[in-house]
Amino acid sequence: MKLEGNTHKFGKDVNTDYIISGKYKFKTLDMRELAKHVMEDLDTDFYNKITAGDFIVGESNFGCGSSREQAPLAIKYANIGAVIAKSFARIFYRNAINTGLPVVECDTDNIDAGDILKVDLETGSILNKTKNETIQAKPLPDVMIKILKDGGLAPHFRKHGGFNL
Amino acid sequence: MGLTIIEKILSEHSGKQVKAGDIVVAGLDFIMGQDGTSPLAIKAFEEMNGEAVFDKDKIALVIDHSSPSPNDGVSALHKMMRDFVKSKGVHLYDIGEGVCHQVVPESGKVGPGSLVIGADSHTCTYGALNAFSTGVGSTDLAGGLISGQMWFKVPETLKFVCNGQLQAGVYSKDLILYLIGNITADGATYMAAEYTGEAISNISMDARFTISNMAIEMGAKAGLMEADEKTFNWLKQFTSESFEKVEADTDASYYNIKEYDVSSLEPQVAMPHTVDNVSPVSQVSGTPVNQAVLGTCTNGRLEDLRIAASILKGRKVNPDVRFIVAPASKNIYLQAMQEGTLQELIEAGAAVVTPGCGPCVGTHNGVPSNGENVISTANRNFKGRMGNSSAYIHLASPATVAASALVGKITDPREFIK
Repeated sequence: MKLEGNTHKFGKDVNTDYIISGKYKFKTLDMRELAKHVMEDLDTDFYNKITAGDFIVGESNFGCGSSREQAPLAIKYANIGAVIAKSFARIFYRNAINTGLPVVECDTDNIDAGDILKVDLETGSILNKTKNETIQAKPLPDVMIKILKDGGLAPHFRKHGGFNL
Repeated sequence: MGLTIIEKILSEHSGKQVKAGDIVVAGLDFIMGQDGTSPLAIKAFEEMNGEAVFDKDKIALVIDHSSPSPNDGVSALHKMMRDFVKSKGVHLYDIGEGVCHQVVPESGKVGPGSLVIGADSHTCTYGALNAFSTGVGSTDLAGGLISGQMWFKVPETLKFVCNGQLQAGVYSKDLILYLIGNITADGATYMAAEYTGEAISNISMDARFTISNMAIEMGAKAGLMEADEKTFNWLKQFTSESFEKVEADTDASYYNIKEYDVSSLEPQVAMPHTVDNVSPVSQVSGTPVNQAVLGTCTNGRLEDLRIAASILKGRKVNPDVRFIVAPASKNIYLQAMQEGTLQELIEAGAAVVTPGCGPCVGTHNGVPSNGENVISTANRNFKGRMGNSSAYIHLASPATVAASALVGKITDPREFIK
């Protein structure tokens, strides 16, 4: 699976309250509605700046804070292709894989807002077309690849009737 | 090579000896979901073609985050939870019962050696009971409801040895804020935190829960403690079931062992907008306060209410401060009422809200206005956390919150403690 898009750059410790505020997430399960408020507290107009397939690029500890699965879902339904960060908080990382939002862990210091990236999810190779640089991401654990290949944990359960890792 | 507490618990629950780095599918002793996460989990349960839950006696859903419902959207999601528990025979703690991380321990179903998942990041709270409990998302919760299992990567353990004795006016909240400030918001990511030392054994279970509760604020997957007499005496109030304590082997392998002497620690405050932005109270005292919050899964326990009441008794909070109190459970609410603690708080000016999460998550019960300063006993001060991204949230102990409410400015509580 190869993705290509524009970079939206954020800092370190982007928490799940910033990704989708509690004042919205308790009201509805309509992820398209929640997606309109994604990253609102960091950039009020962020949703309108997204072109389908764009990347959110963070620094360390992306997705820290609460266990809300609405966070990866709001990003996914805002048509972000993948989140790329130096490191992720563990619950967010699991939730992203379980719900089918690609997450890529690599050095993001030299990726700037507006850079065009080409990401190969299978090899973990990221080509920064703007800077003509290649970055290698950390591989996903095998169990996560199995879950992603099935399309997330719900399809995995439908297919196998439980865990088959 | 010996095993850590978490390696032992995961070995016991997966049927084979495992070490940090291994990936296992393990059986669960208890599963919890709250109203911010359960509706999505019910949806995932259906997408997984789930029919029955694996064991209805090992599951609880809790309505605490937006409770009672403040609007029709929330009401629809609460109804979805009520319909689910009725059809599956699962127990629901409905409005007014309390915050999930108090009602689950009070259920007596979690103790030393238990393996627990909860769809709430502060599920690490039960680590104070020598259990491995961790926060998960809705889809993992749904998988657990169906199968009674979850996959885990066995984490490494970061051990905090806390020596010495906390001074009067300095509490477990100050200690955990200090530790988070010291190792930062991602200092323990993917790891189990283990807290030990005389400063931990000397404090009450109520105080220990506060420390385990905030393990996630350093990125940790668990906030474990050893079990001792206090642990078992606490459990005896709620269950006759016997639990066996899980101890680390003396030659267990740790990612790191950090030693602290807490004897000279002063009260701490986490300044806006990150939990690791921690300062000693002496450096930030004088900051004006508009709202003070006592409660939440971090500090809404009986001891916390008593500490605040001991400072506020016979006094009035500053007229420019709104003082909101949310007892962590109905049980605590009743005890605080019967012994007079609640009356002392109310007479001092407290507005007491329904046991539960209170204003912590920004859904109800006291959303601050633009530019306002809040001092709270909660565990998160992220921008927008309490429902307004233009407000400033400061985190502190119940004593510091009470003293600050009284003075109208961030205040060192030791001024009021003899």
